[in-house]
Amino acid sequence: MLKVEEQTPVQFSSELLAKFDDVKSRYPEGKEKSALLPLLHLVQAEYLWVSTPAMDKVAEYLNIQPIEVYEVATFYTMYFLKPQGKYALEVCRTGPCCLVGAEKILDHLEAKLGVKEGEVTADGLFSFRGVECLAACGFGPVLQISPEYTFYENLTTESVDQLIEDLKNK
Amino acid sequence: MSRKLLLEHINVPGINTLEVYRQKGGYRAVEKALKTLTPEEIVEEVKKSGLRGRGGAGFPTGMKWSFLAKPEGVARYLVCNADESEPGTFKDRYLMTYIPHALIEGMIVSSFALGAKVSYIYVRGEMMPQIRILEKAIAEAKAAGWLGKNILGTGYDLELYVQPGGGAYICGEETALLESLEGKRGNPRIKPPFPAIAGLYGCPTVVNNVESIAAVVPIINDGGDEYAKIGIGRSTGTKLISASGNLVKPGVYEIELGLPVEEFIYSDEYCGGIANGKRLKATVAGGSSVPVLPANLTLKLANGEPRLMSYESLSEGGFATGTMMGSGGFIAFDEDQCIVRNTWNFSRFYHHESCGQCSPCREGTGWMEKVLHKIEHGHGSMDDVDLLWDIQRKIEGNTICPLGDAAAWPVASAIRHFRDEFEWHIKEPVKSQSQNYGIANYATPIEKAPVTEEK
Repeated sequence: MLKVEEQTPVQFSSELLAKFDDVKSRYPEGKEKSALLPLLHLVQAEYLWVSTPAMDKVAEYLNIQPIEVYEVATFYTMYFLKPQGKYALEVCRTGPCCLVGAEKILDHLEAKLGVKEGEVTADGLFSFRGVECLAACGFGPVLQISPEYTFYENLTTESVDQLIEDLKNK
Repeated sequence: MSRKLLLEHINVPGINTLEVYRQKGGYRAVEKALKTLTPEEIVEEVKKSGLRGRGGAGFPTGMKWSFLAKPEGVARYLVCNADESEPGTFKDRYLMTYIPHALIEGMIVSSFALGAKVSYIYVRGEMMPQIRILEKAIAEAKAAGWLGKNILGTGYDLELYVQPGGGAYICGEETALLESLEGKRGNPRIKPPFPAIAGLYGCPTVVNNVESIAAVVPIINDGGDEYAKIGIGRSTGTKLISASGNLVKPGVYEIELGLPVEEFIYSDEYCGGIANGKRLKATVAGGSSVPVLPANLTLKLANGEPRLMSYESLSEGGFATGTMMGSGGFIAFDEDQCIVRNTWNFSRFYHHESCGQCSPCREGTGWMEKVLHKIEHGHGSMDDVDLLWDIQRKIEGNTICPLGDAAAWPVASAIRHFRDEFEWHIKEPVKSQSQNYGIANYATPIEKAPVTEEK
């Protein structure tokens, strides 16, 4: 859900803007809007979510209307429109992964982290959600962790516990 | 052992690097194509090979290429569809992870054949690790002179870029992919005009799947005629099959088209049988969109002949007793799996992924999900099965893109072949919450088994 209020203005760093310029150079003149999806990924990698002021800045950079950014950010599932945990765990919940126990992994995460799907743990470290097919069906259950999208396959409740411990100690 | 064209060197250490890939004969196809063949001759070889699109639709690649409009002074584009999202399909991720140069080599040859000076590989956003792998491989290829200006001194220029998606199954549909690549929502376009006439930025464009483009490499190396000798009938060459579900050895396999399904499931060279000594109940042979088949119809055609892994054999019998090759996402269900639950799961997927443009799909997928949820959770009535049938019929064929059909077919086929399991869920609302229906009579010649207690 988009909320305009209570979001601090952002100022993109020169490093981030340099990455923007690099992406923008991949498209023909006049077609720079193509850079929108990659740019939103860059913003999310930097801030861990995509705020409205950040989207406005992206619109300004690409010389398009803010609505053109909002409609894209709300259409695609990868863009977080509210803050997430530092490690946002995304577990595949589609058919083939469920045949090999994905639902148990989701239940286990909820119990282990003590938060519901979409909520953030009190220490700000974790959030989790079920996502649709991640194209790794033969190695299920699987989860990925944004913003790097590191990938973990053949999950068991034990390996999930271990992963969470490792991330806590990182 | 069957012939391997794409995965021959998959186990060679360092095959993801340009150096090792070259040692194993990589980029020979680029040399041959750019130095000795004309673009028209390459298109001709691909036509002769009989290669059919490996993304799901199975349309002949060479023919698709020959439709590309070539107006003077207008840019042409090749876009690789690496938005692999069809549940059950993970071959493209595998190929890009382990042999990224196979895709890049195919992209160079194909771009040359189509006259594209700039090409894009649209990779689904979730595959950030694969995006990093591809970008590194592209940088390697460019540093070695396989990309960029005046490749191999032939005067041909090509820039290749990787474009991430944002997480939307619909972008695997080629016109939605092009919209997304233009920085918009992934709403499929009305066809015509087809992308071959007006695609990316309104210019003539070809969109091909990762595996199709990688297959161009052996076709150019060995010739289209050689490629066409592999396989059976109009199903030529090799195909990557993603095997998942309750199998001893799930994974990606390269098969020669025409392999018996039974051999694929049970032989140790491939999946090694059903996991944990259980029996096969059903399969989805080509990714979640294609009709689910009970075990007996998976292994044999209605006339009792063995069913083969080929476009024709898998679809033999139409939807009454057959299915489709699709993207080659082969999902196996053991005797303890619940067809109702899985159908509900798939319907939720399609509801989640519907772009919302066409009412039958936007509304219908939601209805199907809700009705299936109701049945699965013990609140169904007999009318619901007929209601489901009615909804799926009203979606199929009534939408701009095939997502509507893809959502309808799993529901229709589940009711067609497993109606008694739906009815059992409705008649036994309490029991169905703690037990499953089991294998019943889906797997002849195995006798009717009793309802199994959950362990």
